[in-house]
Amino acid sequence: MKKLINAPEDVLVESLKGVALAHPELSVDLETHVITRADAKAQGKVAVVSGGGSGHEPLHGGFVGPGMLDAAVAGEVFTSPTPDRVQAATKAVDRGAGVLHIVKNYTGDVLNFEMAAELAAMEGIEVGTVVVDDDVAVQDSLYTAGRRGVGLTVLLEKIVGAAAEEGQDLASVVALAQRVNGQGRSMGMALTSCTVPAAGKPTFDLPEDQMEIGIGIHGEPGRHREPLAPASEIARQLVEPILGDLDFAGPAIVMVNGMGATPQIELYLMYAEVAALLEEAGVQIVRNLVGNYITSLDMAGCSVTVLKVDDELLRLWDAPVNTPGLRWGA
Amino acid sequence: MTDTIATDTLVDWITRFRDAVADKRDWLTELDSAIGDADHGSNMTRGMAAVVDKLDAGAPATADELLKSVGMTLVSSVGGASGPLYGTLFLRMGMTAGAVSELDAAALAAALRAGLDGIVARGKAEAGDKTMFDAMNPAVDAFDAAIAGGADISSAARAAADAAAAGRDATLPLVARKGRASYLGERSAGHLDPGAASTAILFDTLAAAIAGSS
Repeated sequence: MKKLINAPEDVLVESLKGVALAHPELSVDLETHVITRADAKAQGKVAVVSGGGSGHEPLHGGFVGPGMLDAAVAGEVFTSPTPDRVQAATKAVDRGAGVLHIVKNYTGDVLNFEMAAELAAMEGIEVGTVVVDDDVAVQDSLYTAGRRGVGLTVLLEKIVGAAAEEGQDLASVVALAQRVNGQGRSMGMALTSCTVPAAGKPTFDLPEDQMEIGIGIHGEPGRHREPLAPASEIARQLVEPILGDLDFAGPAIVMVNGMGATPQIELYLMYAEVAALLEEAGVQIVRNLVGNYITSLDMAGCSVTVLKVDDELLRLWDAPVNTPGLRWGA
Repeated sequence: MTDTIATDTLVDWITRFRDAVADKRDWLTELDSAIGDADHGSNMTRGMAAVVDKLDAGAPATADELLKSVGMTLVSSVGGASGPLYGTLFLRMGMTAGAVSELDAAALAAALRAGLDGIVARGKAEAGDKTMFDAMNPAVDAFDAAIAGGADISSAARAAADAAAAGRDATLPLVARKGRASYLGERSAGHLDPGAASTAILFDTLAAAIAGSS
C-alpha cells in the first residue's frame, strides 16, 4: 500500500483537520466528525443532514454549505457513522423546522441513521428520512438489502438542499427527496479495486485484463467480471441497464462520476460516449456533471447517473450553491 | 455444577471477547473483504477495545447496567451494521437481565433470547440469510435445549458455542440475502459470513468465561 498517510488509524481525523484549514466557511468538530456550515441557516428552515463512511470525498463533507447540506457526518473509512454522532449533527443544525436525513441504502447506514432518528425524536426534533436506492446493478430487491444508494445522492442533496434553503417545510422536502429518488438511476464499474488504509491491501483482486461491472462505492465486488472492453462498450454496459429500468425520454441531468483514480481525460471521453447513447434513446441532457463527486478511495472506474427532471427540479438544480464540491450562482 | 454466573464472569466474558476479536482481527477482515467492505475485524476490535476501556474505568455492579453500558459503547464506537446489531444485542440482554448481581441459567437464557430478538427486530434477518443470525439463533436454541435437558450453565454455554460454530460453518454455501454481501448474489456463496464468525467467537468466549469461573 502506497498512500499519503501517517498511520491508518489517524487518516480520518487528520483529513478532517485539513478540511477545517482549507475551508474556513465550514466548521469541523474533530470529536464527533461532524462538518457543519460556519454560518448557520436561518431559524425556521428545514435542515439537511447526510453522512456515511469516509472515502467517498467530496461526498458528503464537500457538499456542506448554503444551498446544499447543513451538516455531514463522517464515519470511519467505508463505515457508517454511529447514531450518537448523527444525532449530534441533527441537534446542531435543527432550526426548529425539522431535519431531513439523507441516507444511502446500505445496511449499516440505514441502521445507524434509524437509531439516530429515534434518539432525535426523544429530544423532540422532528426527523424525516429519505433512503436513496438508485443502483440498477442490484437487480432483485426481494432477495437483497435492496438497491444501493450511490451517485444519485449527489444530485438529490443539491436539489433537496435548495428546497430547504428557500423555506419549504419538512413534509414538502421529504416528498421532493422521494420524488428525486424515484426518477434517478445509476450504474458503476471498476478497472481496479481500492485499498482501504486499515486493510492495507486491495479489497479484491482484479487482473490487468479484467473489469468489474456493477460495483458499489465501497470496493465491494460487482455483479460480474469480464474482459476489459473499449470505452464505447463500457458506456453501453452502463447506460443500457439504466434505460432499461426507467423511461428517460425527455430532459435529464446526467453525471459521469469518477471513482477516485480515473483521470478527467477518461471521464470526458466516457461522457461523450454516454451522451451519444442517451441522445440516441431520446434523452435530452439539460445539465451535467463530469468529475469526481462520489468516489471510492483510489478505485479506478466510473459511474453514470441519469435523473429525469421537470421545470421544478431544474429550477432547484440551478439555484445558488456554495460548497467546496459544487458551486454556482452564489 | 455451575448454577449461576456473577457480573465478574460477564466482565471476564467481555474481556475474553475483546482479546479474541483482536487476535482474529485480520481473519474477520479477510472474510469481510471477500463479500463485504473489509472492515469487520477493525470495527469490532475498535469497539471492543472501547468497551473494555470503559469497564476498566469502573464496571457497574449489576448485570443490567453492565450489559447496557457494553451495548451503548458498541453502538457509539463500532459503526457499520455491526454497531447497531451487537449494540442492540447487549442493550436488550441488559434490559432483560435486570438489576441483579448474578444470573442463573434461566435468566441468562432469557437475556440471550431477548438479545437475539433485538437483533431480529433491528436487522430483520431470517435463517439462511447468511448473517450473524445464522450463528446466534442455533446457539440460543442450543442453550435453551441444554438447560431444559438438565445441563448446568457451563455445559449449556459450551453447547451454545458448538452450535454457533456449526451455524457459522453452515453460512459457507449460502447466498447472502441481507447486508452488503447480498449485492454479490451467487458470488457470495463459498465464503463464511463475517458476522456469523464473530458471533461464534462471542459464544466461544462466553463458554470459556463460564468454564473458567467454575
